[in-house]
Amino acid sequence: MSNQIFRDSESDRQFSASWFTGRVFVYSILLLWAFICLFPIYWTITTSFKMAPDVMKGNIIPWVDFTPKWLGWRSLGLSPETIGIESTVREEFLKRFWNSAIVSVCSSILAVGLGSCAAYGLSRFNYRFGFMRNSDISFFFLSQLILPPVVLALPFLVLYKSLDLLDTRIGLILLYTLTVLPIVIWIMRDQFSSIPTELEEAALVDGLSIWGAFTTIIMPIALPGMVAAFILSLVLLTWNEYFFAALLTSSHAKTLPVMVASQTGSQGISWWSMAALSFAAILPLIVIAIILERYIIKGMAAGAVK
Amino acid sequence: MSTEEGDKLHVVTADDISNNKKRLGKFLVWGSAIILAFTLLLQALDTNAYLTIDLETWRPSLYAYVFWAFCLCVSQVLTRGEHGKRVLFVLPAALFVISMVVFPLLFGLVIAFSDWNLSSPDGRTFNGLDNVRQMWGDPFYWNALKNMVWYTIVIIIEYAVAFGLAILLNSQIRARKFFRVAFLLPLMLSPVAVSWMIGKSMLEIRFGPISRFLRWLASEPSADLPALLYYPGIYIADLAQWFGWSSPSFFGSAGIARTMIMAMDAWTFIPFMMIMILAGLQAIPRELYEASEVDGASRWRQFLEITFPLMLPVSITAVLIRIIFKLKLADIIINITSGGPGGATDSVTSFIFREYRDRSNVGYGTLLAIVYLVIIVIAMTILIKLADRWMKPRY
Repeated sequence: MSNQIFRDSESDRQFSASWFTGRVFVYSILLLWAFICLFPIYWTITTSFKMAPDVMKGNIIPWVDFTPKWLGWRSLGLSPETIGIESTVREEFLKRFWNSAIVSVCSSILAVGLGSCAAYGLSRFNYRFGFMRNSDISFFFLSQLILPPVVLALPFLVLYKSLDLLDTRIGLILLYTLTVLPIVIWIMRDQFSSIPTELEEAALVDGLSIWGAFTTIIMPIALPGMVAAFILSLVLLTWNEYFFAALLTSSHAKTLPVMVASQTGSQGISWWSMAALSFAAILPLIVIAIILERYIIKGMAAGAVK
Repeated sequence: MSTEEGDKLHVVTADDISNNKKRLGKFLVWGSAIILAFTLLLQALDTNAYLTIDLETWRPSLYAYVFWAFCLCVSQVLTRGEHGKRVLFVLPAALFVISMVVFPLLFGLVIAFSDWNLSSPDGRTFNGLDNVRQMWGDPFYWNALKNMVWYTIVIIIEYAVAFGLAILLNSQIRARKFFRVAFLLPLMLSPVAVSWMIGKSMLEIRFGPISRFLRWLASEPSADLPALLYYPGIYIADLAQWFGWSSPSFFGSAGIARTMIMAMDAWTFIPFMMIMILAGLQAIPRELYEASEVDGASRWRQFLEITFPLMLPVSITAVLIRIIFKLKLADIIINITSGGPGGATDSVTSFIFREYRDRSNVGYGTLLAIVYLVIIVIAMTILIKLADRWMKPRY
């Protein structure tokens, strides 16, 4: 009884072959692009463990082409031997890192706070400021996106100089908040308009004030959206911002990107320490990307799909 | 969108605000405004040496302004009750943006028509249209604007790549999460780090992996090189020759340098468009594809008739946002080429940055920036209008 009763017809088998080549094609493109995305990061990590001859020979695979050394990390004061002892470079690095962290986190929190309130108000009430109605106010906020930073840079330089805000973290925080605010409002407006107003109506009937309803009922529901907006603003604009930081800070409030950029120019080329520094600068965001990937995608998707 | 009449959220409250409260609110606003005006006046007199308080900075005015803004918010609640509480949602953000954008922009307009070298002791001198004349004759500025056009046009290619990747990610694949994270990573990297990692290290001409790879492809035939790899190698070498990549440097000739900057910027921002398009793709209902399959449509026709038209709004949003980000392009250029060779890679932002760094002339730089802003606003308005017309249903 070896006769199969049900079997694929000739055309179906051809289909399977073409399906298979299609798979191979899709996966090879995906793998190629993944390689393109990941190789520079891999290259930076490995270079930070190389010695001069390894760099010159362009060795790529650790333990096969070359033996990893802590050279790059030692020059940052972050290798196992030097982590215990005093190191001025590490002090400097940690100071810049701390500056970056404070500036980006504070400005993102501020932007999410201001932006959420504004987005909530715009999604619930009708305002009239002179000739401006709701859609005009929304447009006013969103149009700030178009404003290129260079337009504000030089006036702010002069203003901050006379306000004594040059080279302070507060000055940077205010500017970063401004650049992030439109994106936050965009994302949060989408979030709030998807929450039904019946929730607040019920809360108001139960005797909460409008701000009470906002903080106790709506904010917990919109929290994922707020986290998404926060992460996105952290990732997209504030942590990596270079232009304003390079113009407005000099010694005290210098952030990490400015430190990385200034190292490339002055120190000649010590590849391993630059690689270590670059990698240390991008590491926090790589970790965030891997752990909180769905929030980032949620944030970006919020604006795209209406 | 929202209807014009009536709030979405109806709140009925008995607003009986006592006259005392109203008076207190008015008093707060006007009182703080008077304090602000008084501080401003004092400081202005002080800087013009009519008075000698010897204030170091304008900080007191800043504090007075913040105090006034705070009082304005409080008085809204005091004088208008429930309605004021609603205004309080938008008012802080609006005040913040106005004071951070409108005021500096007006200030910038004043600076733009003056000769102001920050390092010289003379301070600001009004020089009328001199800056405009200088700009008119500045070949580097026009060159930078022309470069921006090139940089913006390349977005079409970025968009095509991002669309392709999004379709692949949306198809039935394994390890989707891995690919998604891997594709997302370039967006996380700071442009400064990217410019070092790729621009200076990987494109290093002697031992950077990319140049080594290209050299290996273009190398003489050797026995151990499989023919499959060898022939494309020759082809790529010829292609490189044809594009002018004979000098062994990525940032030596204008065309190659610009292409490299474009490639690096694309590398970081393709994930951004990809994620937006992916979100759009996932929102397309499956039934449409099933129905078209029943009708016997091929994959290509499905793409042309379903995917692409339905994705048009999302695509336009993604491209517009990408253009906005592209117009800010500067970090990579400042750090790798600083505009060279001969201004071939300059963007407007990096050019103004250098203009300030080299001559510390605030006035001229501000004028260039404001002209740039005007051009952007006009161009974006036209683009958005066109996009609106294009997005309207054709049937």
